[in-house]
Amino acid sequence: MISRRALVAGGAAALAGALPLSRTTRAAEKSFLPQGLPEGVYDTATLEALPGKKPLIKLTYRPPNYETPLDHFTSEFTPNESFFVRYHLAGIPEQIDAAQWKLKVTGDGIGKPLQLSLSELRSDFEAVEIAAVCQCSGNRRGFSQPHVAGVQWGLGAVGNARWKGVRLKHILERANLRAETVEIVANGADGPVLDGTPDFIKSIPADKALDDNTLIAYEMNGAPLPHFNGFPIRLVVPGWTATYWMKHLDAIEASTKPFGGFWIKSAYRIPTGKFPIVQHFQSQVAAANEPITEMVVNSMITAPAEGHTMRAAATAEIRGLAWDGGYGIRRVEISVDGGGTWREAELGNDLGRFAFRAFRLPFTPPQAGKYQVMARASNAVGQTQADKLIFNPAGYHNNVIRPLTVNVL
Amino acid sequence: MRHIVTSAALLLFAANAWAQANVVLKAGVGRETVETYCAACHSLDYARQNAPFLSRQGWESEVTKMIKVFGAPIEPADAKVIVDYLTANYGGG
Repeated sequence: MISRRALVAGGAAALAGALPLSRTTRAAEKSFLPQGLPEGVYDTATLEALPGKKPLIKLTYRPPNYETPLDHFTSEFTPNESFFVRYHLAGIPEQIDAAQWKLKVTGDGIGKPLQLSLSELRSDFEAVEIAAVCQCSGNRRGFSQPHVAGVQWGLGAVGNARWKGVRLKHILERANLRAETVEIVANGADGPVLDGTPDFIKSIPADKALDDNTLIAYEMNGAPLPHFNGFPIRLVVPGWTATYWMKHLDAIEASTKPFGGFWIKSAYRIPTGKFPIVQHFQSQVAAANEPITEMVVNSMITAPAEGHTMRAAATAEIRGLAWDGGYGIRRVEISVDGGGTWREAELGNDLGRFAFRAFRLPFTPPQAGKYQVMARASNAVGQTQADKLIFNPAGYHNNVIRPLTVNVL
Repeated sequence: MRHIVTSAALLLFAANAWAQANVVLKAGVGRETVETYCAACHSLDYARQNAPFLSRQGWESEVTKMIKVFGAPIEPADAKVIVDYLTANYGGG
């Protein structure tokens, strides 16, 4: 346990680099931020680059929480250097020697414990690549009404990448997984500053772990994972929110009992029965709440930008990206009159049911005025974005249709 | 898994460029207490961005969570100073 004295020293050290500047720049001067966030975000968020990254929207320095600015979403795939960064705890490994990395596979659900190096992962198992959206459970928390405490994410705690690696089920089979296994517990090399803080450890149901699409990925968009996206390997759980995509993965445990850790039992939970979701984490459902699982259907308009100005009778293209929990986007509708009337957008290439689906629709405003532009995505199991926020205390699953204003002169 | 258990390691962390917590809080009674305890584990933009919508009760609940759930070694008297400061400077909800 860290001593009080050390803690005081550390607190002072953390401030040693502080400059006597107050960031008083307000919303109007921070066009990289969307509207509707708490005032404090306009006060403190900045565009800054982590090593290996482009300047992203810095919400917090330590642990680092950086989101992708909307104007980086120019295609279905989010570049690695633009991909959002999210950590819970500030004990993040600085330098990782991939040659020394080991993945341990243990637990009472394992017949033959394993320890695998990265080269063994690459050479001994079939390589698989899947396009999948990775979205923080709290993406868009900052728009919650009323606002709720937490990292005040705007639109950019989401991205889509091609994840290449090996199937988790192949690893578990090699380790003689027992049929009595209920959950697979994953841990990464990042951890807390204080020993009293619960380490970030997550579990997934055994059936999700054995799903063909659940991977241990060592590549992202054809390159090694960026350090801040989980180098050298991370769990990829397509369809489910990023809380399960353990970064810097170094330990997997098969458990015949439900995992009792804080980050499953108490955190990342949604009110039971409140959201229209199909997959539940059955061994962890309680009367009042249950773990968040699959993503709800959602979309974002990437062009035109909020407040865009154009001429009457000119044509602009309304473009954006839609995604869901892995059922597949079926339809995206666009309204330019604040939801009064809707027209179906043209969908882009189908890159797989877990990926971003691009959409576009030409827009030729007949006359001057303010136009409220909205997108509404629906998926293959009949789910549609919410008209009204489904409030929950942690601000998860925000898929409210989000209007933006276009000024026509 | 890799716990930072010594102040030397903590200093090393704080010295990393990407972890530079260049966040200044408003001057006010209790600011140093907030800086000492809160910044040990996280940068202070966590506080600044969660404003001004939290009420005193909201800030109390955050500070209590840090002590009870995340194991922050903060005595009740210091916890009160922290809640008072955050409510006065970053509260209002």
